[in-house]
Amino acid sequence: MSAGRRSTLPGFGLTMGLTLTWLSLIVLIPLAGLFIKTFELSPDQFWGIVSSRRTLSALKVSFGLSFAAAAVNLVMGTIVVWALVRYRFPGRRIFDAIVDVPFALPTAVAGIALTALFADKGWLGAPLAQLGIKVAFTPIGIFVAMIFIGIPFVVRTVQPVLIDLDPEIEEAAASLGAGRWHIVTKVILPSLAPALLTGLALAFARAVGEYGSVIFIAGNLPNVSEIAPLLIVIRLSEFRYADATAIAVIMLVASFVIIFAVNRLQRWTQVRAPTH
Amino acid sequence: MSMETSLPRTELTSPVGRGRIASSDAIRVRGDGGPAIDGSSSPQPSPDTGGNRAERAAIKNPRSEPHFVRIAIITIAIAFLSIFVVLPLILVFAQAFSKGINAYFAALSDPEALSAIRLTLLVAAISVSLNLVFGVIAAWAIAKFEFAGKTVLISLIDLPFSVSPVISGLVFVLLFGAQGFFGAFLASHGVQVLFAVPGIALATLFVTFPFVARALIPLMQEQGTQEEEAAISLGASGLQTFFRVTLPNIKWGLLYGVLLCNARAMGEFGAVSVVSGHVRGLTNTMPLLVEILYNEYQFVASFAVASLLAMLALITLIAKTLLERRLDERDVP
Repeated sequence: MSAGRRSTLPGFGLTMGLTLTWLSLIVLIPLAGLFIKTFELSPDQFWGIVSSRRTLSALKVSFGLSFAAAAVNLVMGTIVVWALVRYRFPGRRIFDAIVDVPFALPTAVAGIALTALFADKGWLGAPLAQLGIKVAFTPIGIFVAMIFIGIPFVVRTVQPVLIDLDPEIEEAAASLGAGRWHIVTKVILPSLAPALLTGLALAFARAVGEYGSVIFIAGNLPNVSEIAPLLIVIRLSEFRYADATAIAVIMLVASFVIIFAVNRLQRWTQVRAPTH
Repeated sequence: MSMETSLPRTELTSPVGRGRIASSDAIRVRGDGGPAIDGSSSPQPSPDTGGNRAERAAIKNPRSEPHFVRIAIITIAIAFLSIFVVLPLILVFAQAFSKGINAYFAALSDPEALSAIRLTLLVAAISVSLNLVFGVIAAWAIAKFEFAGKTVLISLIDLPFSVSPVISGLVFVLLFGAQGFFGAFLASHGVQVLFAVPGIALATLFVTFPFVARALIPLMQEQGTQEEEAAISLGASGLQTFFRVTLPNIKWGLLYGVLLCNARAMGEFGAVSVVSGHVRGLTNTMPLLVEILYNEYQFVASFAVASLLAMLALITLIAKTLLERRLDERDVP
């Protein structure tokens, strides 16, 4: 482990030992337990659980709506970050700080607030109900909560890249006669693409695992508006540990794949946008 | 908050800063009052100037969009954030005070609310202090030394960020539950982990695991090892070096990590919900009490407890913004 270190500072062995021990006790061993528990299931049992109608519906609801919400955040996040970085308007600093609220607000608080807001008699639910749109206690409610929870990701990943974007590229394109729309779509957006995709993936991963802000507004109807994390909780309360574990492993593997993709994306970003 | 006196680094290095001169020039030429919407680099075409001048200005400043596009983008951004973030936040306080201030304080002084507040503070104190010690130790090992597998180790520390809160709770149920790996052993020794404070603390520890370490590692990497090496060569011990040299350098970053760790520890819902068992007055943290009261249609009480958590979030955000500004200022060469 100490290969190649040339530091004369003390404490490497001690701090590294403590780090690995504590990391193993709190994170690695508990997570490994989940996988060990899965291997106690026979492949038939595992597939039986995963391919049951209710599990498949829950996974479809979680992954499908998460992707839709992340896509909305990709578009809206781009607009928000453009306004925050490129323009000056009253309250800009405050709106900039507000972007982080979904990170900081406890999910249960967000959940009941969004539910009350979009319920039939709520501030937004009432006018929407008159238009015949029911949000709370339907899959649309899940979608809304997932949008809320994903807001910071696209904005915060794109913001530093947009700020550091070399103005000379735009000026050069303009001096060559390119129109503004052409410059934005053909010059600026492509150089933001890695950051945009990273934000999309992070928002997606967060929405897939989200529980607190979704369950209040979801309605939680099996096969319709039941998210996978809620199904895990339900199976646990029924003491069907095998079912809970199998669903959890599927979700965990999916989020590891996403995080791996994000890491690759970030490496790509660094290659494409060298720091200067 | 002093808005204009201390510009953060982003403001200084952003291309917008340069554009501002052009825009104030344009305002002087046009001679009208300061526009409400100050575009980054091209002037606002006012109705009496006609398209001609606006067109010329656009050629002069190729890095901005037409006026109406700017207005549209700002409007959409503000509307989106207002609907999805500002309104829910206002609603929490409106609902909490909807039956008057007496009902609000009655809800908060209820024994159940008080015990939830106490438990939340206890769990946050346990998990924040343990993560603080671990975070500093891990950051020292990772930032001050070179070794193989460093990026893997950082990814492993980051793991809890990518695990669903429900799964974070589930893993401890699988370890310590009645059917769990250590369930029988714990039961025979009369130790209660699940549905009790240790389980809640463990789950919270898991979900808040990366915060302090992640705040410190980049900061300490950037600062290098020269100051510490100088202290050691002058005869200071390792601990003296840490407390007299390293700690003063990282104190704001450490505070930043602790702040975010604390906010998450106090607000965690999914993981704690799975391990707590919802024993009233005993294992309910504030977020869990919010859920219970809400499901019992005690909306004022539920939103009253929620308003405390919302206030915590707002204070955290303000402190975070101020700290980021301080950390950014240090970066400016």
